[in-house]
Amino acid sequence: MLRISALSTALLLALTGCSTIGGDDPEPTASDSGREVGGQVVLVTHDSFNLPKKLVRSFEQESGIDLVTRAAGDAGTLTAKLSLTKDDPTGDLAFGVDNTFASRPLDEGVFAAYAPTLPTGAEQYALDEGAGELTPIDVGNVCVNVDTTWFDDEGITPPQTLDDLADPTYRDLFVTPGASTSSPGMAFLLATIAEYGDEWPSYWQDLLANGTKVVDGWEDAYYGDFTQGGGKGTRPIVVSYDSSPAFTVKDGASSTAALLDTCFRQVEYAGVLSGAANPAGAEKVIDWLLSDEVQAALPTAMYVFPVSAAVEVPADWAEFAVQPTEPLSVSPADIAANREQWLSEWTDLVTR
Amino acid sequence: MLSLTGVSVAYDGVVAVDGVSLEVPDGSVLAVLGPSGCGKSTLLRAIAGLEPVRSGRITFDGDDVGRLPTHKRGFALMFQDGQLFGHMTVARNVGYALRLRRRPSNARVAELLALVGLEGYADRLPATLSGGERQRVALARALAVEPRLLLLDEPLSALDAGLRERLAVDLREILHAAGTTALMVTHDHEEAFQVADRLAVMRAGRVVQAGPIADVWAAPVDAETALFLGYARVLTGVAADTVRAAAGDARAGRVEALAVRRSALVADEHGPLLGTVRSARATPELLRLVVDVRDVGLVDAVADRDTHWGPGEDVRLRVDPTRTAPIRGI
Amino acid sequence: MRRWLTLALLAAGPVLVVGVFFVLPVSGMVSRGFFADGAFDPGGVLEVLTRPRVARVAWFTVWSAAVATAVAVVLGLPAAFVLHRLALPGRRIVRAALLVPFVLPTVVVGVAFRLLLGEGGPLGFLGLDGTPVAIVAGLVFFNVAVVVRAVGAAWESLDTRPAEAAAALGAAPAQVWWTVTLPALRPAIVGAASVVFLFCATAFGIVLTLGGVHYATIETEIYLLTTTLFDLQAAAALSVLQIVVVVVLLGLAARLRSTPDATAGRTTARPRRVRSGDLPAIAVTVLVLVAVAAPIATLVVGSFRADDAWSLANYRALTGVGSNQALLAPVTDALVTSLRTAVDATWMALLMGLSVAVLVTRRSQTRTERRARGLLDGFFMLPLGVSAVTLGFGFLITLDQPPVDLRSSPLLVPIAQALVALPLVVRTLVPVLAGVDDRQRQAAASLGASPFRAMLTVDLPAAWKPLLAASGFAFAASLGEFGATSFLARDEHPTVPVVIFRLIGHPGELNYGMALAASVVLATATAVVMLAVERLRVPSVGAF
Repeated sequence: MLRISALSTALLLALTGCSTIGGDDPEPTASDSGREVGGQVVLVTHDSFNLPKKLVRSFEQESGIDLVTRAAGDAGTLTAKLSLTKDDPTGDLAFGVDNTFASRPLDEGVFAAYAPTLPTGAEQYALDEGAGELTPIDVGNVCVNVDTTWFDDEGITPPQTLDDLADPTYRDLFVTPGASTSSPGMAFLLATIAEYGDEWPSYWQDLLANGTKVVDGWEDAYYGDFTQGGGKGTRPIVVSYDSSPAFTVKDGASSTAALLDTCFRQVEYAGVLSGAANPAGAEKVIDWLLSDEVQAALPTAMYVFPVSAAVEVPADWAEFAVQPTEPLSVSPADIAANREQWLSEWTDLVTR
Repeated sequence: MLSLTGVSVAYDGVVAVDGVSLEVPDGSVLAVLGPSGCGKSTLLRAIAGLEPVRSGRITFDGDDVGRLPTHKRGFALMFQDGQLFGHMTVARNVGYALRLRRRPSNARVAELLALVGLEGYADRLPATLSGGERQRVALARALAVEPRLLLLDEPLSALDAGLRERLAVDLREILHAAGTTALMVTHDHEEAFQVADRLAVMRAGRVVQAGPIADVWAAPVDAETALFLGYARVLTGVAADTVRAAAGDARAGRVEALAVRRSALVADEHGPLLGTVRSARATPELLRLVVDVRDVGLVDAVADRDTHWGPGEDVRLRVDPTRTAPIRGI
Repeated sequence: MRRWLTLALLAAGPVLVVGVFFVLPVSGMVSRGFFADGAFDPGGVLEVLTRPRVARVAWFTVWSAAVATAVAVVLGLPAAFVLHRLALPGRRIVRAALLVPFVLPTVVVGVAFRLLLGEGGPLGFLGLDGTPVAIVAGLVFFNVAVVVRAVGAAWESLDTRPAEAAAALGAAPAQVWWTVTLPALRPAIVGAASVVFLFCATAFGIVLTLGGVHYATIETEIYLLTTTLFDLQAAAALSVLQIVVVVVLLGLAARLRSTPDATAGRTTARPRRVRSGDLPAIAVTVLVLVAVAAPIATLVVGSFRADDAWSLANYRALTGVGSNQALLAPVTDALVTSLRTAVDATWMALLMGLSVAVLVTRRSQTRTERRARGLLDGFFMLPLGVSAVTLGFGFLITLDQPPVDLRSSPLLVPIAQALVALPLVVRTLVPVLAGVDDRQRQAAASLGASPFRAMLTVDLPAAWKPLLAASGFAFAASLGEFGATSFLARDEHPTVPVVIFRLIGHPGELNYGMALAASVVLATATAVVMLAVERLRVPSVGAF
């Protein structure tokens, strides 16, 4: 009896809409051809894309646009996906291609031309090549973070520079995500390349000889090995973001700090896709991403700084998340040309 | 010699074998006869060491084997359906126990296959054999290392009638030729008579009667046993007395009942009993009658094949005392 | 003629689905690699295969998967025996619990493992963090349940009498195991081992997390080549290599799996009482349980910690969107999405699995026909063994034209999950349907039943319980699926594993705690489904 009722319950569930098919999923597809702008706009992005629902709803009401977000994978996956589908794009605009990945999709003609007026302060983040297609939306720096509480307790001066990390004082204290498997890991490798030029492999040899631990992803490094990661980590130096200290605030003080001389800047861009079904709508969405409301929401929603200098960042950010003034950088073209060689050299070093 | 003393076996608290005591002298074949569900297979498994004994002792030649694991008892067990190993050839099946003892011998395997009449079957797979052939292979496999006791679980019951009869005779010859001590369980009294020397009748977990096969046959302990041993009817009271008197049975004492086989009453014009034929049926050898005998009631009887009897005719009957058995308790 | 038509119709559905959603995308993606710069260039692909790094990666993939498979089998066999043959209290619950790792998101398990094995963890003194030993341990953690379940199911339905016959002929327990039990279990062991090998060889997250970046497998290498280096030629070469390895393996497995004795009856043996001789097996089982429970316990404990105190805060937070709105929707919404998706994936997998199972178990009339059925059987195992990255990108570039313009369809996720669950369903149903005596169908037909009616009369009664059980399996597999799901385009409705991944990818103690709590919720949901399956279970469930 029990089994029969279980079976019929399952059938009922399936029939009465407890499934994707049965459940009604309002997705108006008919676009209003009467208006110049409006209809459906599909935004292709990565997993970390995240904006408050309220903001999206009010934008949709004002503009008459129905914004559909298709998020999957990380920035690398997104870029590969855009390049592969350049002849028949899966959406109207893309957000999330960063300066380490920008060169290839630009070369392949993934993006159509669109250059809106940038808000104050955003100009410095525009690409040298490709400013006509890709619009900077947010910026974050990958920096080495230290557990200041740990260093205070141990009575050791925390490191300041990349050079310090290879110093025997900090032996077995540093953990970084791998460059081949993680985007912050790659950014840190690029920081060392910017700092040491062709000598970077010998610096990495010193790092590894000094007991640097290389793990898979950022979450492994931060939650698994970092002493402030909430887990049982044992290493007080980690590769993370300039904004991370704002998340370790307790009783009005942060227990961590970012080392501003070790930062590599990652800027995320948005662009209209060539072959978009609704290019006008896509442009409207990019304008909206640059608006004060969205720019102000970025820190809490996506853990990044706005490109616009016109908006205020949250109080914790203003106090504890300090942006480097002169981050290290490598040009997108250089990255595109050398990524494979750098990565294979790096992999050889690390796996040796 | 195998002896059991007060052996009991229980499944989940339900007693399947209840205080069984038995002996199997060396070189003899004991048949444990009983209806299905009487506990005889459980008894066999307990002797083999496949079921734990709750109480009682199992000894062989005086040594207690009750705590030995199955493979150390030196017994061999032959299942109802043979249980040949499907992934091994006939020869590998037969030679299995030899290989276990690290003395494989092709000659011995060939000899065993010859013994069971299966020369030339060495390389066949069990799946390609008939039921009778499989049982022969299983027998050869069981005999391979000359077990000190062979346990047979309904060895012939999966076979059809003709084959069963032939194989029963073969089985007896093979066991005697090999001088094997054996214990066989079966529900078929014919099979028991054809193969065994001694008989133990089991019912509801208990042995109700045991002894040399002829003794048990001649004097069933009760009516139910008599019927199970193949007696057609059990007569009581006046009916029993009347038939005994007609047989001129001089055997001493008063009996409670008399078991009669179907051939115990024979049509004979000089016979002492008078009755009326109720039905008649011809078989290849005999004419089988059902007769209503005065003071006795309906009984079975036989007549010569060349006589003619029809329903309603009167008939005189004599009694063959060797085909009756007195029962002292019911 | 009609017979052929029926068979063709049965085959059409699953073949079409696997063709469109597997063969087409994979071949589309691979052919991109072969047509470098618009010209057909097989030489370039071959050149990739001669790179020393490729050989190293392929070798590491094969040996780590082989070692993990061997360990899973060696540990799984005693556990299968203890949990399926001995009358121990609570074994149903233990069996259900053993399947929990199977559906846990790798990213969470990775963190849990590192909390145990890492420098500060209770097992840190072993120095295993980042070593191949840790990778193998992780793979075994995920897959030992497959062995226990598959072999245990076969063991449970194994006739005990041949073993008793052997013992009665003088075989010691070890000899009985070696000469009788092992040959009888071989099909189940080989089946389980090949599934485990496929899971291990295509494992992705766990290799990266536990191996650090020191070790690459074909799967992680394809990911790196495709998404970071955009070297489609090399990725295609590795995909082809992977497919070849998988096909060879499946061929070997099919050969080893086939048994000569189809007449062996299947029974359900009663679990027997524990004897002193069972102690080593029980000891191994306890070891397996502890090894599986330890990382899970770490998760559970972590999920109840907030602000250095015991608390339910992480669970209460599941109805919210995380600190600083790490999520678009609360985890509770994601659970609803997960359940809905799993319902769809389940009926799809069942429908296809049933057709395939019926198809491959019907008696073949010719040798060619038998061979064709064997090929089909293997064909449906393929999706388990091929890179999710190749498949995912393949979807994007091949499913963009009518009539299969599906790449933005909400059905894509359940379809992909159904493909992953399909082999589990097929492997559950095939032994049952193969065990139905064909003469029963003939008897039904001779009494005037149509083939369909005969199926209802003969096959359905035998198959309906395994069918229900298979649905539980597919449901749980879908609940835990991450690889394909995270990759595919979707709207604002993520599933629970995707949400967990997102939570753990953001800093903040509450997000971390919520990720752990959501994992515990997912694991509990899975265990409940599996326990329900246990109640319905029939001997063949999980007999691959």
